[in-house]
Amino acid sequence: MSDQKTFGFETRAIHAGAAPDPATGARQVPIYQTTAYVFEDADDAASLFNLQKVGYIYSRLTNPTVSALEERMANLEGGAGATCTGSGHAAQMMALFPLMAPGDDFVSSNKLYGGSINQFRNSFPRAFGWNASFVDFDDLDAVKRAIGPKTKAIFCESLANPGGVVSDLEALGRIAADAGIPLIVDNTLATPYLCRPIEWGATLVVHSTTKFLSGNGTSLGGVVIDSGAFDWSKDGKFPALTEPEPGYHGLRFHETFGHLAFTIHGHAVGLRDLGPSQAPLNAFLTLNGIETLPLRMERHCANALAVARFLEGHPAVAWVSYAGLESSKYRTAAAKYLPGGAGSVFTFGLKGGYQAGVKLVESVELFSHVANLGDSRSLIIHPASTTHRQLPPEAQAMAGAGPEVIRLSIGIETAADIIADLDRALAAAAG
Amino acid sequence: MTHDTYTDAFIRDVLGRVRSIALVGASDDPVRASYFVLKYLMDKGYRMIPVNPKLAGGTILGQRVYASLADLPEAPDMVDIFRNAKAAGGIVDEAIAAGARVVWMQLGVRNDEAAARAEAAGLTAVMNRCPKIEYQRLFGEIGRIGINSNVLFGARRPTKTFKKLI
Repeated sequence: MSDQKTFGFETRAIHAGAAPDPATGARQVPIYQTTAYVFEDADDAASLFNLQKVGYIYSRLTNPTVSALEERMANLEGGAGATCTGSGHAAQMMALFPLMAPGDDFVSSNKLYGGSINQFRNSFPRAFGWNASFVDFDDLDAVKRAIGPKTKAIFCESLANPGGVVSDLEALGRIAADAGIPLIVDNTLATPYLCRPIEWGATLVVHSTTKFLSGNGTSLGGVVIDSGAFDWSKDGKFPALTEPEPGYHGLRFHETFGHLAFTIHGHAVGLRDLGPSQAPLNAFLTLNGIETLPLRMERHCANALAVARFLEGHPAVAWVSYAGLESSKYRTAAAKYLPGGAGSVFTFGLKGGYQAGVKLVESVELFSHVANLGDSRSLIIHPASTTHRQLPPEAQAMAGAGPEVIRLSIGIETAADIIADLDRALAAAAG
Repeated sequence: MTHDTYTDAFIRDVLGRVRSIALVGASDDPVRASYFVLKYLMDKGYRMIPVNPKLAGGTILGQRVYASLADLPEAPDMVDIFRNAKAAGGIVDEAIAAGARVVWMQLGVRNDEAAARAEAAGLTAVMNRCPKIEYQRLFGEIGRIGINSNVLFGARRPTKTFKKLI
């Protein structure tokens, strides 16, 4: 087989990065549960440490099982390369690490997973001096206005968590390009099966692979994918990639590695110095999950649309925010960016408010009340009392996680069973 | 031929049929890309001939450095050009005169007029690619650091290296 461009998404979801093992012929990617690798000789070791050739030294930097997942994700997103991390949060840190210095800032959507808002609002500025300004990304002029001389990136989710918000990736990509900075898109909820942000102008894509990619709720993981299309040297804004790196005898990553610079830096400096590597077993389980991603996402989307329509007609429900519904203000954006379906994570509002929300999550039987999403099982959570609890009320409301809000992650069970469980629990919560 | 894209089979054929490579713009600085490429291709068994007028008479990795392609004692199979697009035009003409069979312009370097002259003289031309990246990509190495090879294999991946070819 040759050029991947002739292969469809489903074929690449199974084969990309996963040639039969050269050492044994093993057809499935082996779990290389090893910390270190024997050098051929002293010159081989020197070449590897000098980055003059790519290979395996120590699993904090590279590991054959993890690199199979990296290559698969880079391929599915249409990127030049990828760096896997221990979690989605670590991927966000690793995406910003080569771009930011203390005192720099980035412009972030205010509609993000609550944990990301905590990371950006509290830990990044305190520990690293990386400042985020939060903006409503429906207002593209506000995004432009928030870009200053020390702004190094624009960050958003393609399909935002907790629910129903679709980012205008093409417009944001243009704003980023005009400002000479990369657009970073968290594509966790859409997955590359539904949306490929690089095709719309994103430079970096991050994922929590813990969710739909892994698919079964077994394995934490994250990944940063680089498009390979950004010119890091153009304005001198990104010295970590363009200036001599003291840890590698003065090597300049962009000059030496060109379009591969970000990914090689991610391993050779990012994983080396920050250390948030992914475990080989988790990479193995995630590779297995991705094999069935296209089939699962079709079912996730179909079930979610059926549940959203049911909720929209229910008397106890005030509103439903699902981008696949005719009533959604993001319907046009969803048709453009998510033509295969609007995902399976969305929110709805209960007329009964906070108390009804708490009662609903305690009344479901098929749904699991957990702080996760993108599982094959249907999941439910009341963000105001859990994932978004640490945020002040106004930030909760801004993030779409007010007191009356319920977030669902619809699984791939029988749709009628999911609806019946919600119908019964809604009656209990209203009673 | 069009030079916007190359098939994997074409690149594999080029890398498989050349044995000696003159590298124009060679550097003795171990963190420069041209040094990386020289060392890597040498490790893979290619006979590397560094060319750089400023370093002529010296050696890089034990290989004698020549001032120009005209000074080489024998015709190289391939000339790999680490110069900008404008300078590459003259180097291509020298490569034709020196009897090379392949001219290869590095990643970021493209000179269509020069490539057309090379092809008219019976040479194969490759532009805007790096032979080190292509070798690593086609023979299953580049994915080790998370780079997308764009190559899919369900059968056993070819593991043959240059050394085993000869």
